[in-house]
Amino acid sequence: MNSKTMTPMQRVLTTLSHNEPDRVPLFLLLTMHGAKELGMSIKEYFSKSEHVVEGQIRLQEKYNNDCYYSFFYAPIEIEAFGGEVIFSEDGPPNSGQPFILDIEKISKLEPPEINESKMLFRVLETTSKLKEKAGSDIPIIGVVVSPFSLPVMQMGFGKYLEIMHFRKDLFDRLMQVNETFCVNWANAQLEAGATAICYFDPVSSSTIITREQYLETGFKIARRTISRIKGPTATHFASGNCLPIADLLPQTGTAVAGISSKEELAQLKQAFRNKLTVLGNLNGIEMRRWTTEQTRSIVREAIETAAPGGGFILSDNHGEIPFQVPDEVLKNISETVLEYGRYPIKSHHGV
Amino acid sequence: MEKLAFFSNQLERAFLTLDKEEAEKILSKALRSGSPVEIAGELVSLTLNRIGAAWEEGRVALSQVYMSGMICEELIEKILPPQSPDRKSQPKMAIAVFEDYHMLGKRIIFSTLRSSGYDLLDLGGGLHTDQLIEIVHKEKIKILLLSVLMLPSALHVKELKQKLKGTGVKIVVGGAPFRFDENLWKEVGADAFGKDPAQAIQIVSQMMEELK
Repeated sequence: MNSKTMTPMQRVLTTLSHNEPDRVPLFLLLTMHGAKELGMSIKEYFSKSEHVVEGQIRLQEKYNNDCYYSFFYAPIEIEAFGGEVIFSEDGPPNSGQPFILDIEKISKLEPPEINESKMLFRVLETTSKLKEKAGSDIPIIGVVVSPFSLPVMQMGFGKYLEIMHFRKDLFDRLMQVNETFCVNWANAQLEAGATAICYFDPVSSSTIITREQYLETGFKIARRTISRIKGPTATHFASGNCLPIADLLPQTGTAVAGISSKEELAQLKQAFRNKLTVLGNLNGIEMRRWTTEQTRSIVREAIETAAPGGGFILSDNHGEIPFQVPDEVLKNISETVLEYGRYPIKSHHGV
Repeated sequence: MEKLAFFSNQLERAFLTLDKEEAEKILSKALRSGSPVEIAGELVSLTLNRIGAAWEEGRVALSQVYMSGMICEELIEKILPPQSPDRKSQPKMAIAVFEDYHMLGKRIIFSTLRSSGYDLLDLGGGLHTDQLIEIVHKEKIKILLLSVLMLPSALHVKELKQKLKGTGVKIVVGGAPFRFDENLWKEVGADAFGKDPAQAIQIVSQMMEELK
């Protein structure tokens, strides 16, 4: 317990060390809402680092958020590889047609240079500017897509599963390219001022592959990759399940697990207790139409289930809150955290 | 019935371990006791149904559902080619990925339905409302299956449904946003929501009956 008000950084570091800070840290992982704040389209918003910096600063202040999120959109890495990104008026930019059409071309694929991509540079610029504002008070969370999950956008899920099962030579080569790129991209963000890296790895989730497959693939790749990232990492399954691999995750070197609303929060908290910090698990899709009462009850329930003892950051379950979630709901989440998230918190689950 | 369950157990094991050869052997054995359409309709759909349901319960992974569908489709194409007179005669049906290019879910449902003896057009991905309306009219589609990954696309189904009002075209949706908010399909005016391949078969067979 700590009665003195902490900075977001102190709050987050305390919970990561499995101790209780002044209150539950809140990571509202907002990307597109910055465009709404600035009154511009999503495409225009992501066209300049100044916009994203301003957006993140306003959102952090508005919702007492405990981080800046320097994430633009997932297919930004595909852009770096020369792939296509399609912007939408009311949703996150999406990857276009996969750029690896002929799987045999994987043998000649090379990782793109970080400093040769205009878009990646824009993220680094945003990170540096946010760092100037944050100092050592507010953590900045950067993002990478794991080497194991990136191929879904590079070549399409179906083809990827086929090479994973039947073309080990191409699979290994693709992982080699992606690991190099992922490590360079993560370390560039850390050098620019990011405090930690969120390692998005939905393909490793137990929704997509079995535990046995994970042990053979995603697990080994995560261990190799995370050990080369020069800063703390949080592994996020972007709404995928992870309870069947909960015992393996700490061995990958990650400090945090981003969990799904489809699994029991109490069970996950128990599985990760004193090993990993739990990040989650508000359902971002349903959140769009939560009433004030619902919001308060769901947030309170999550806090009382997972916050006692620290090792918990309240967040959504996907790593990005949909554009359609109204400001009112976000405000209600934030206010409920201020009201019920102050330690000491009594658990009604006895965990 | 007992025989069907026996073959289905064996086939399930072969699919989940990606043993194509073994699956082909089991299907050949089963073929000796029934016509191709019965094998497709009963044995294969029962097996894929069980695998889909096991995914729903968290006992198998999506990659196994997908690979089972792929193996199955390949084998069924051999015993029941697309133009086979044994295929089910039915109102026209199509499947598409609405507004993006994440094809996995669509491919799983496509394989499952084809392996169960249904014919359906694969319209691909990245299709928007107006393109879909044009295809629906041109191809005289009666049942349109839509696979969706992103929330905005799911919400845009509403506009598509409104523009197809009065045509009698049924829209069946599936995909992550509908799984995470189980009221969403009703909100956007879809005619049905299929959680998994098993439900997709159930919904389609019921709609086919209604449209007869």
